[in-house]
This record gives sequence, C-alpha cells and structure tokens, in this order.
Amino acid sequence: MINIYVPRDTASLSMGADEVAAAIAKLPEDINIIRNGTWGMTYLEPLVEVETNQGRVAYGPVTVSDVQSLYDSGFLSGGDHALCQGLTSEIEYLKNQDRLTFARCGLTDPLSISDYKKNDGFVGLSKALKLSGNDIVDEVTTSGLRGRGGAAFPTGIKWNTVLATEGAQKYICCNADEGDSGTFSDRILMECDPFCLIEGMTIAGIAVGATKGYIYLRSEYPLCKENLNEAIKIARSEKYLGDDIQGSGKSFDIEVRIGAGSYVCGEETAMLESLEGKRGMVRAKPPLPAHVGLFGKPTVINNVISLASVPIILAKGGEYYKNFGIGRSRGTIAFQITGNIKQGGLIEKAFGVTLNELVNDYGGGTYSGKPIKTAQVGGPLGAYLATDDFNLPLDYEAYSEKGLVLGHGGIVVFDETANMSDQAKFAFEFCAIESCGKCTPCRIGSTRGVELLDNLGAEGNMALTQELCDLMDTSSLCAMGGMTPIPVKSALKHWPQDFEKS
Amino acid sequence: MTLIIEKDYGTPEKKSDKSIDLNIDGKSVTVPEGTSIMRAARTIDTEIPSLCASDCMESYGSCRLCLVEVDGVRGTPASCTTPVAQDMQVKTTSDRLTKIRRGIMELYISDHPDEDSPLNDMAQLLGLKENRYGKQGHNHLKSVIDDSNPYFSFDASKCILCARCVRACEEVQGTFALTVDGRGFDSKISAGTDQSFLESDCVSCGACVQACPTESLFEKRVVDVGKPDHSVITTCAYCGVGCGFKAEMKDQEVVRMMPWKDGQANHGHSCVKGRFSWEYAIHEDRILNPMIRDNITDPWKEVSWDEAIEFSASRLKAIQKEHGIKSIGGITSSRCTNEEVFVVQKLIRAAFQNNNVDTCARVCHSPTGYGLRETLGTSAGTQTFDSVMETDVIVVIGANPTDAHPVFASLMKRRLREGAKLIVIDPRKTELVKSPHIKANHHLPLLPGTNVAMINALAHVVMTEGLMDQDYIDERCDTEAFNTWRDFVVDPINSPEKVEQYTGVDAAEVRASARLYATSGNGAIYYGLGVTEHSQGSTMVIGMANLAMATGNIGAMGGGVNPLRGQNNVQGSCDMGSFPNELPGYRPVVDDVARGAFEKDWGVELDSVPGYQIPHMFDAAVAGKYKAMYVQGEDVAQSDPNTHHVEAALGALDCLIVQDLFLNETARFAHVFLPGTSFLEKDGTFTNAERRISRVRPVMDAVTGMDEWEVSCRIGRAMGADMSYDHPSEIMDEIARLTPTFKNVSFDRLDELGSIQWPCTDEAPDGTPIMHVDGFVRGKGNFIVTEYVPTTERSTRKFPLILTTGRILSQYNVGAQTRRTKNNVWHDKDILDIHPHDAENRGIIDGDKVLIQSRMGETVLEARISENMQPGVIYTTFHMPESGANIVTTDNSDWATNCPEYKVTAVEVRQTNHKSDWQEEFDGFSSSTRHIAE
Repeated sequence: MINIYVPRDTASLSMGADEVAAAIAKLPEDINIIRNGTWGMTYLEPLVEVETNQGRVAYGPVTVSDVQSLYDSGFLSGGDHALCQGLTSEIEYLKNQDRLTFARCGLTDPLSISDYKKNDGFVGLSKALKLSGNDIVDEVTTSGLRGRGGAAFPTGIKWNTVLATEGAQKYICCNADEGDSGTFSDRILMECDPFCLIEGMTIAGIAVGATKGYIYLRSEYPLCKENLNEAIKIARSEKYLGDDIQGSGKSFDIEVRIGAGSYVCGEETAMLESLEGKRGMVRAKPPLPAHVGLFGKPTVINNVISLASVPIILAKGGEYYKNFGIGRSRGTIAFQITGNIKQGGLIEKAFGVTLNELVNDYGGGTYSGKPIKTAQVGGPLGAYLATDDFNLPLDYEAYSEKGLVLGHGGIVVFDETANMSDQAKFAFEFCAIESCGKCTPCRIGSTRGVELLDNLGAEGNMALTQELCDLMDTSSLCAMGGMTPIPVKSALKHWPQDFEKS
Repeated sequence: MTLIIEKDYGTPEKKSDKSIDLNIDGKSVTVPEGTSIMRAARTIDTEIPSLCASDCMESYGSCRLCLVEVDGVRGTPASCTTPVAQDMQVKTTSDRLTKIRRGIMELYISDHPDEDSPLNDMAQLLGLKENRYGKQGHNHLKSVIDDSNPYFSFDASKCILCARCVRACEEVQGTFALTVDGRGFDSKISAGTDQSFLESDCVSCGACVQACPTESLFEKRVVDVGKPDHSVITTCAYCGVGCGFKAEMKDQEVVRMMPWKDGQANHGHSCVKGRFSWEYAIHEDRILNPMIRDNITDPWKEVSWDEAIEFSASRLKAIQKEHGIKSIGGITSSRCTNEEVFVVQKLIRAAFQNNNVDTCARVCHSPTGYGLRETLGTSAGTQTFDSVMETDVIVVIGANPTDAHPVFASLMKRRLREGAKLIVIDPRKTELVKSPHIKANHHLPLLPGTNVAMINALAHVVMTEGLMDQDYIDERCDTEAFNTWRDFVVDPINSPEKVEQYTGVDAAEVRASARLYATSGNGAIYYGLGVTEHSQGSTMVIGMANLAMATGNIGAMGGGVNPLRGQNNVQGSCDMGSFPNELPGYRPVVDDVARGAFEKDWGVELDSVPGYQIPHMFDAAVAGKYKAMYVQGEDVAQSDPNTHHVEAALGALDCLIVQDLFLNETARFAHVFLPGTSFLEKDGTFTNAERRISRVRPVMDAVTGMDEWEVSCRIGRAMGADMSYDHPSEIMDEIARLTPTFKNVSFDRLDELGSIQWPCTDEAPDGTPIMHVDGFVRGKGNFIVTEYVPTTERSTRKFPLILTTGRILSQYNVGAQTRRTKNNVWHDKDILDIHPHDAENRGIIDGDKVLIQSRMGETVLEARISENMQPGVIYTTFHMPESGANIVTTDNSDWATNCPEYKVTAVEVRQTNHKSDWQEEFDGFSSSTRHIAE
C-alpha cells in the first residue's frame, strides 16, 4: 500500500485538492490517501506527497489533469516529473525555516490524535499538569513569548496578572478573528494542527486557574470550525479536555464561538463584547480584561499563534524558545507573504530576518516580474515600507523605532504600478467600513479621510489630511482608528508624487 | 426662582475605603479610589469638556473631548475612563488638548445642522472657528424625525452616537429597548429592531431624553411651550414610589417634569406616568367650580364656594338630626396630601362627631397594616428602597413592579443584573420572570388564592431542613409564639408535597426556593396587592413576616418585608388616622389616653366607638341607616368590588359629597361636587412606601380658587368645629404635636433634609430608613400561626376559570388621571388575557369579544391569547370604567380587615358580539348624570 498525502486546508482546497485526491484514488493501485495539512508553501498547492523509502517526495502544484502524467512518470515510487519538488524536507523554502510552532503543519493528519502524539504532541501539557501555575507562568515568561496578534505584549506578564487576580471563574479566550489583509497563519494552524491550539489553551487554563476556554473564530473560516470542533470532541474522548484531564484532577474545556464578520471584533475588548452576545464595540481600558474580562471575570486573551507556541515552550523549556530571535523579540514569528509575489506562503522564522530575505529569497520577487514598489507589513493598519527599509531586521523594537509595525506578520507586496494615494484612501475606506462607530475620530474621521483623498489637489487638503491623521492617532479609543493614519502617513511620506492631482 | 441645573460629575460615584490624592491643574484633590479623573476634576469645579459622560451611567469613552495630559503617561488618556492614581499630575488644558478638542468638534460639526443647538454652542465655547470639511460630504442631515412617541421625538440629524440614550435605557431603566445599529459612519440609534420608538419595547420612561446631550431626543412640549425659566421641586402623585421631580416652569405653565437627582426614592429616574402623564392636571375635563343639585337626575348647578359649603353643612346636619349622629361619614383619599387627609378625618371625628372614616387603603393594603403591626409592631414596610442594592435574594410575591412601581423596579433590576437571585411567586409570568438580562431563578406560578399554603410550605422547608436563624429568633422573638408557630409549620400538612394539591406548584421548586431564600445571604420580600387582596390577605402578610423573622431577615439593609404601595400617599393616609378604629399614628380610638390627647388639642369630645369600614358604609346605606358621605378623591363606584352593590348603596344616599378633579363614576350619584386640586397646586406632603415624607409644592395657584384642605376646614367650621389654619404647615405642626412617630417633622425640617422617613423622633431626629434595627417595635417579634383556609370563591363546573386583576404601566388604577393623557396610545381598553388552552376549548381567538360571567355579574372585554397565563386563570386590568371589571368581582373579603378579594373570582367566559346589559346601561346613565346646567 502506498501512502499519498493530499492536503486539505482552505488554500489547497481552493486550488482543487479534493478533485486531485479523487483522481489519485481512482488510479489502479493500492493507494492510501492521507489528507494532511499544508506545509504553508501555498504557491505549490495542491502539493501532493508520496511516501517513499527516502522520505516524502513532493509534487506540486498538481491539477487533476496532471495526475495521469504523474502516474505515467512513476510518481508512486517517487519518480521524476516536471512538478517534482524532490524530498519535501529538502525544499529550500521549507528547509531554512525555524519550524517551532508550525512543526506539525503539513506533516500530520490534523485530526489524528495518534499522529499528534507521535510528533511531540501533549508533551508540554503532560509537563504542565505536574507543575504549579506559577511554574508554568515562569516558563512562559522565560521564553520571552509576546503576543503574536500584533500588540506584542509579553504573554507571561498577562498570564501572571490573571493568575494573581482572585476569581471564582476565569476564562481563556483565544482570539481567532484573523482579519488582517494578507494574513492566514492562524487559519493554517487551526486547520492543520488544531490539537496544538487545544493543548496551548489547556496549559494556559491550568496555569491561571481557568476552567473554560472560548475560541472566537471568524465566520469566514468554516474549515477551522469543522476541524476545531472535531478535534475538541476527540480530545474530550481521550481525556485531554473536560474534567480530570489525564487523571490530574484538573479541568478545562473549550467552546468555539463564531464571529459575525466584523474586523474590530479582533480587538480584544470588542471580541469580549461579541462573545458575550453584544454588539462588537471596544471597551475603554482600564479595567484590563485580565482583571475584568469575559462576563466580568479575569480572562487571558491570546492570539492563536501565541497559544499554539506554548506547548513547545513547555515541552522544550522557555530557554530553548528564547534562544531563537534577537533583542527583546524572542522565538519565532510566522510571516505570511501575499500580494504581488511569486512564491506566496507561510514562513516561520526567528525574529531578525529581513524583508529583503522574505520577499526576494523566499518569495522570489513580484508575481508580475516588475520591480517591487513597496510592501505593507502588519496588516491594513501597518505602514507601507520604502524599499530602503527592506533591510531592517524584523524585530518589534527595530520596527517600532521607525514608526512601523510587525503586527500579525502579514506582508503584502506591491509592484511599481501601485498608486499610493489609492492605497492611502484604502486605509481610510477600510477604517470607515470596519469602525465600530464608538469613538468620534474613527467614526467620522475615516469617512472624512476618504472624502479628502477623493478630492486630491483641493486647496489645503493635504494639510488637513495630515491634521486628521494626527487627530485620529492621538484621540482614537482603540488601535483601529489610532493606527489607520500609519499607512496613510507612510504613503504620504514616501510617495508624495502619487498624491498630486492626476 | 431659577431653573435648577443639576451638576453632572461625569462618572458615577465610587465608594472605597482608600483615598487617592492627586493634582489637577495645580489644585490638590482627594477622592475615593476608583474615581475617574473627570469626576475628581469636577468635584473641584474644574470643568473638562465632555459629551458622552454622565454620572448616571458607567463611563464609555466615545466622544474623546475629555482627553487630558498626565505626567509620565504617553498620549492623552480620556479623563472619563481613566481612574485616578496616587500623586497623579493632571493637566486639563494645553495647546495640544485644545487642538484635539477642536479637531473632534470640527468632525462633529461636519455632520450637524446649522441651527441653535447645544452642540453648536459647545463648538463655539471650544473656540472652533471653521469647519474645513464642509457639510457636502456624507452626512445624516436629512434624517427623518421619529415622532411616534406621544411625548418626545428623535431627530437623528443632531445625534452624535454617544449612546447615552442606549446606556440610560440599559443601565438606568433596564429595558434594553435601544441599541446602536450598523457600524462606522452608518451607526445609528435604533429603537428595537429598527422600529419606531412607539413600536419598540420602549416604555417611555424618559431616561433617554434626559440623557441626550444634543437634544436629538427632545420633549415635544418644550417645542410647543418654550424653554422653562424656573423649577419647583415636588413629588409625583402616582404610585407609592414617590419620585422627586423638578417641575420646570415657564411663568405659571408647566413645561415638563424632570426627575430630581436628589430625590431619595428615585435618584433622578422616572417612569412614563410621572415624567410625562401629568397633563390630566390641565385637562379640559377638570371641574373648576363647586356644583350642587337636589337630585342626581337633576343637572348640576354651578355655585359659589360659600353656597356649596353652606349647602353641604346644612344637609349633613339635617341628616344627622333626622337619622342620628352616626348616619354620616366619609372616605379620605390616598391621592391627597397628609395635611388634606388629616383635616378630613378631623372633620369626621370632630365635626361629624363619629368615627365613620375609612380610606381607599381598605381595598388595597389594609392587611399590610394589620399583619405587620401584629407581628413586628409597625404598620409599614421595614426598608428604605436603596436597601434592595444590598439584597442577595429578592422574593417578589403578588406584585408586578415593572408595571406598577416602575422606578423601584429599575433599581431592583439593576441589583438583579449585578447578580442577586430572584424568586417570583405569581400566577402569571410577569416581566420579572423573564425579560432582557433578567431571569427569575424560580417562578412559582401558584393558583390565585393559595398564597398562604405557599408561604407555609416555604416556612415548612426552612424549619424542617434547619435553615432558620435560631440565634436571631432566640434573641429577638417571642419564644412561646415561635414554638407554637414552629410546631404548626413543621406539620407535614404544610409540606410542599402536600400543598401542591392547592397551589399547583411543583414541590421541588418550592423546596429549592425556600433553600435559596434562607441560605443566600440577605433575603428581601417585596409584595403587592396579589398578597393583600384575598380572603386571607392578612394571614399572608403575617406568613411573610414569620418567614422573614425565622430567617433573620428583618432589621438590616438588604432584608425586610416590603409592601409596594399602590398610591402616592396610601402610607400617609393610613398614618393620618383614616381608619374607623384608629387615630393618627395607628392609636386605637378606644384608647382613652390617645383619644384624650386629641380631645384636649381639638377642644371637643370624641366618640370612643370605632365607626364603619367602607364595606359597612355600603351595607348600612343599602339598609337605610347610613345617609350621607363625604368622598375625597376616590372613585368607589369604579374601584370597589361588586359594582351593583356599590351603586345601590350610593344611590340610596340622601347626600353624597364628592371632592375630585373630575366628574368621576362616583360623582354620578353625588349631590355636591367640590372641585379638587391637582398635585401641581397642592402644598403639603406625601408619604411613600418606604415611609418617606416628601414635600409637595405648588407650582401654580389652585385653579379652583380654594385649597382642598381649606374646603374641608370650612365645612367643619360650618358644622361647628374649630378648624382654622393659615397655612398647611400648621396642619403638619398639629400632626407632629399629636403623633409620636412624626414628632420632629415640620415643613422646615423637610425643606432642610429633602425628605424624612418616619419614625422621626428625638431618638431619630433625621428619620429612620430601616425599621426594627435594634429589636422589634412591638418588643419581641411575634410569630402567629397561619393556617391555610381556602377561599369560598373557587372554580366550579359553572364558573371553571379564576379571574385575577392587575395594573399596566401606562395606566393608573381607575384611570381618572392617565385616561386623560396621551398614554391611551399604549392602552386604550382593558383586555382579557387567556391561556391558549382555555381559549381553544371555548373557540376564542385573539381579538374576540368575550362575555365574562361570575355569580355577581357579567361584562364584556376583548380577549388576548397569552402564554403568560396558566391554564385555568384569566387576567384583566381595571383602568377603564366601561370595562366594568368590578361588576364581576365578589364581596368576599379579608377576614381581619375586609380588604376585598379582588384577586380571585370564579368565572366563565364565552364569545359574544354585544356589550353586557350593565355596559349598555352605563353608557346612558353615565351621560345623563353628568349634565351641567348652562
């Protein structure tokens, strides 16, 4: 019997992975098709792998019409073919990454708990079950892990606050409302290694004394919902969730809640409102959610990647994790390269790598083949970088010093044809559409911003745009309105000629 | 007099043992920990501009005008959402802050109409010179005004989305009718699910209108009449909550009633009735001149006051001469002031020289007076309203506070949202059983008439499961009485399982409720007429007091047994000696010492024999022994049970004197009509359900030309009694002189303290918020055995359904006031609620006319199918005279106080297509007896 891996994540499925799997299944051979997760090389999807004595041999991107020729070339025994990428583990794009959090993505069947256990799964949890809350929090603090949702707040400090706060009930909320344009690392993690998130949340729960976790999942991720719910069911039946986890006497359970399509619900307090069944509007802080969070109870709110990084930190120790990265940015971050790029995908690297390496070495330049004009880093509220800045080390502090943000690691590449006043206007438009409407600068300011940029060349418009940016920056209630000026100002600064009346 | 503008501190007061010192613009200030920077600044009169902040609600942080600079803090934090910290250095003004504030205001103004408005005023104040965005961009300037509510409008073009209205609806009122719909620039305030205000769940309490900083929500009357120029603090004349209001006036005209923040009963909140439904006071139906007639079939003749008083006095004297001293009497009104009530009972005792005085409390809370006096020693509720904020488990029995006591219900709901537990004992699924953010832990839907069985079952569980507070009982209660009671309640006949056959309530739910009440911390019982208006009304009141004593729940904040009084001054009218057996202060007329004090003060000899109660007056009238009555502000022909009997009694009188605002149903049988004054003209005091005496101040002269107390006094003088006062404060001085619990009450003290809760004695010169703190007023708490005796009014084959009655939010009692307001848009007729099962069996569908028959009479109402009912029980309100709800009610009554058993009438209903005979007659008789000669 031949084991063949055909991924079943949203990107592969959108490229016809199901059809390819069906075509392969029809081949007159004894074939066992395993639906694994993606390795994150989206430019190669669907990436079909054949298990051989040498290892898994990769072919991609495969379409249904390629199956017969692959068969004819003997791909079932690793035969050569135009689509052959060689051994998966030797693909440069993958080989040079620092796969800590995403170690199992692509490797395993996402819903096979035995696969998960075979590949270091639940090692972290087993350790955590033997530790005190303080010890677990210490380990996370030592690792230097910071929030991967974008705010980069030290996870250990956040957990410690919740641990130290009295509360008959505490909660772990996983923010899986991944709404930044050009990002998909949460989705890949949840689709391809859901047990990892479950394990991370369970460790968090045990650490701070929370017994209930919620995953706030954006509605646009139906496959995540399916896989998470299935994995939660399996974990419960295997006593990794529920009462008395693995005989430890400790309890934790998880529920998946689906958002209603609002970007601002990715802001942690708006997410809490939404989880409580209310309109997704930002709460003023203080009080911090760590003190007064979900249903008024002390709550840890972490992004998917932050929580999914915890199992390996517990398994291998905080020191191990900390040894990756530079400065105060420790460990790895999952970059996602999209836009006008030849080889888009997910790249997990230790902090310190440069944008040049990511977009040129990994990404292979633009898809159009034209020179790169800019890349927007950190989602729709991130700055457009001039290519001069492409050699900055990707590190929270180095970026912050220049008014740039790493955010959730999304990188959207543009070639020279991009018009930056359109991009600046897009920032205002995005804010106008997604603003919750609570605070004045964001609600009215974003709309006025669009109108100002619709009227390029009018007397005083640019000065007023600058002033509006300053106002939104200083007076908005949350980062939505507060950061909208970042892309606008970066565009104005580097490409003023794009704002002249055409 | 000036317009009172109440200070708004921006964020709610915080209580903390810890004080924080900080410095704002160079001035030191010390405030409790948790206080916002904004509140701290405003306590030292440093004004930070803001729009979305109000101290009635939690901070929100939306307008961003209140940003400040704090040393060592990056950026410009909002002062409303940022709590103070020790040694914090705050700057509230700087060039940067000015620029931000003008920038925000410029954005607002870019979507705001060019007209006189508070927002444009504020823009000017902030020094905004121009709007560089113009108004040609996206805007809301052409929004359609929502005029659907009869009292206020909503103009979205002026709305700044601060959500103060939404938050007031949630946090202050607790209705959750409003929301912000849409998002970003398209956000808008929406009533319900994009409905008009009228169609939505809005209860028109006015909290949103009051909260709106931009007059986007505004009173229609302010537009019609103009802005007010001065205010007068007074007290609402509707329910027993007794809300404080500012009557905002323009000359002698009321512009609007605004809830008073310093009102201790309402803390600045209101309901639709108090806030908006006062226009009956200036309604054209008001009778302004005295009128007399020889026969009720004659048209009324308008006469001078002198003639009306002389006519009344001579008729009364003549009747007494012919039929005896005791052939006349009167009824005092719970709508009138303490001073007015006091002089009416004085008129009867001193001038009529008998004790034939009773009051409408007879038909509502007389069992409360009896039951609480017998067990605890005082005929009044034990708590101050604010006590509920320290209650852990609230028990609501036979009361529907969200309709009948809305402002207190909002306070209760606030506590419930904070996590207090709730048990509702009521035949119907009332709003408290389930409504937004409120869900009763237990609803015990008992069959009407089985309260006592239920309270005994609850006590049974407490005593048999050892859940009582034995130390409390030992220390504060009469041991012998307790032992007797305990032996009674532990008898298995009182177990939940046994009484289930009567109540129909699942025994397990009863047990769980008893455990919850007894073991969850402070437990408080709140009850209404669903307790008192039964043949065992007094027994039930005693039963609740027993249970509260057994669990140690009387004498401290958070506990108590609390009657929710129906009328503004029902407590006061009882206090003022309106009962035939009691002088003011509940002292028996048979008590020579008490009576002697009054005789000495009044200089007359008083009758030592108790007089007639209201039902006895009617019986005696029908029997020909009782010939004349003075009825002040009560419409017995509509409100009292068994209308046929009441009408026969009134029709048999030789002289009926009615003192009222309107020609009410009772006045159809009257010979003298003395026009009364509305609360807007009265000068005196009301006493609410928490024993709080508040001032009622006149905002205009008596439109009748004579104060009501003066009318009573003149009749007294015409009959030979010495009743002269220059001012109502002198009446209060007399009350204080003669009533120990009122000893230190005076108009001056009330003006000084705002309000006073009696007892107000030398020991408690500022009044008594909580009763029985150091022991019971009667000495030892008295447990009394409460055997359940089923009412004789029970369902039979002929009358298989039980009819029970109640009130609705927008109408008030017999509707004399509210029917003469725009409140009729919510409720213009009484409706019969019936369970789908009962309706189906009778082929009744929604909206059918149905005939309701009891052994007393029949009437016709429109049916509404409602799952809030239980099978076998139907319900209606009694606000409309033509409904004739009391045609069907019986003359059963409470064994101790004769309070009618309104809540239980066995009936049958069937479809019909015409009015009942009584209703047909009513229409004709009604107009023929109201004719006023030209």
